[in-house]
Amino acid sequence: MDDREVLLELRSIKKSFGEDVHVLKDISFLVREGEVVSIIGPSGSGKSTILRCATMLTEIDDGEIIYLGQNAATSVNGKAVYASKKELKEISKTFGLVFQSFNLFPHYSVIKNVTDALITVAGVPKDEAVKRGMELLDRFGLADKADNYPCELSGGQQQRVSIARALALQPKILFFDEPTSALDPELTGEVLKVIKQLASEHMTMIIVTHEMQFAREVSDRIVFLENGNVVIDDAPDKVFDTDNKRVREFIGKLNS
Amino acid sequence: MASTFSQLASGMVVSAEIFLLTLLFSLPLGLIVAFGRMSKVKVIQWIVKIYIAIMRGTPLMLQLIVVYFAPYYVFGVKISQSYRFVAVIIAFSINYAAYFAEIYRSGIQSIPVGQYEAARVLGYNKTQTFFKIIFPQVIKRILPPVTNETITLVKDTSLAFVIAVAEMFTIAKQIAAKQASVTALMVAGLFYFVFNYVVAFIMECFEKKLSYYN
Repeated sequence: MDDREVLLELRSIKKSFGEDVHVLKDISFLVREGEVVSIIGPSGSGKSTILRCATMLTEIDDGEIIYLGQNAATSVNGKAVYASKKELKEISKTFGLVFQSFNLFPHYSVIKNVTDALITVAGVPKDEAVKRGMELLDRFGLADKADNYPCELSGGQQQRVSIARALALQPKILFFDEPTSALDPELTGEVLKVIKQLASEHMTMIIVTHEMQFAREVSDRIVFLENGNVVIDDAPDKVFDTDNKRVREFIGKLNS
Repeated sequence: MASTFSQLASGMVVSAEIFLLTLLFSLPLGLIVAFGRMSKVKVIQWIVKIYIAIMRGTPLMLQLIVVYFAPYYVFGVKISQSYRFVAVIIAFSINYAAYFAEIYRSGIQSIPVGQYEAARVLGYNKTQTFFKIIFPQVIKRILPPVTNETITLVKDTSLAFVIAVAEMFTIAKQIAAKQASVTALMVAGLFYFVFNYVVAFIMECFEKKLSYYN
């Protein structure tokens, strides 16, 4: 029996775009404190959509989203009903999101990117925010880039800054939406290293990725999605040794 | 000769006043109009669309006349002498606001949606997102078209003559007619050129100031 606290629970999430494009048919899984969960699957399987739904960037049609026992969305008569704006704002503090295309603020220096939300949103005094920001940058080997602008950094550096930016607000869960898909293999390595570092510090993370070997090494569990359904949700070794033909085929293709 | 220049100089001051006051009012007004144009409320969107269509679709000279005479013909209010200048500023401001609104809109819509999403996940509210994250980037993008409009405005100030506001060009024409010489007009031409040169220079400084990022 796993007695670690459940940080996020998704129950029967359904999402369609338009009338007949059912991107998420019935997705359920939960994430406990300290777990690293990778979401893998072919293009169009709904991986990114489930992440967008969990982070409330996209509204779900039906199902429940529960953070730390508090409902962000509740299923009422087959329709999702969201909590009040105020409650959602509070719930949103539990997670951070790292985007595929970084989405750093180009007009802010690196340190300002990392600290501005702390100061503006969380109300942390500037000195303390900068101190915290510099610690994070230092951890990711970016201390000397603090005063640079995002356009002066490599893609890998930009992505590490965006991870630092998300971590500055001290979320309990960090989501990654294909964090290395916009990077070449060399730069991918430096970003994966940072994520591994976070995993070793028991940061709770949910990672949508195409990096199979990485997912296998870093994850406690792998969720395989296809056509808007969870096909497998299990420990990496079990997923990689599964009898499921479709999963074997997918993993085999990416490994070859 | 000395009086020619002092007369022209007083016209220059009026032209410069029209220019500065119009910018002062039309730049913020344009932003409000742009919000209306992008409003989710269809009625507001349509009203603003019609407003922009009229402002861009009819001559500014005609708009000046309408704004000047409207209080009398529509409301029966006697038009005072001092209203002339006010009418010029109103007409210019609402006209230029329409153009600026479309420039703002193009700038705002060119900002990638990822910027909004990043701000939202970080907890910025809508006002913070717009003024801290979006608008500074919009300004950088719209500076070249705003420079264009601003330069056009300098030259458009000469249209104020239509309701007998004695700006630079009106006076230059009067002097030229009296002296049967084009000197005053040439001086006026030089004034507009130098004025615009300064405007372009200042705008270029702004652009350079914002060129620290891509």
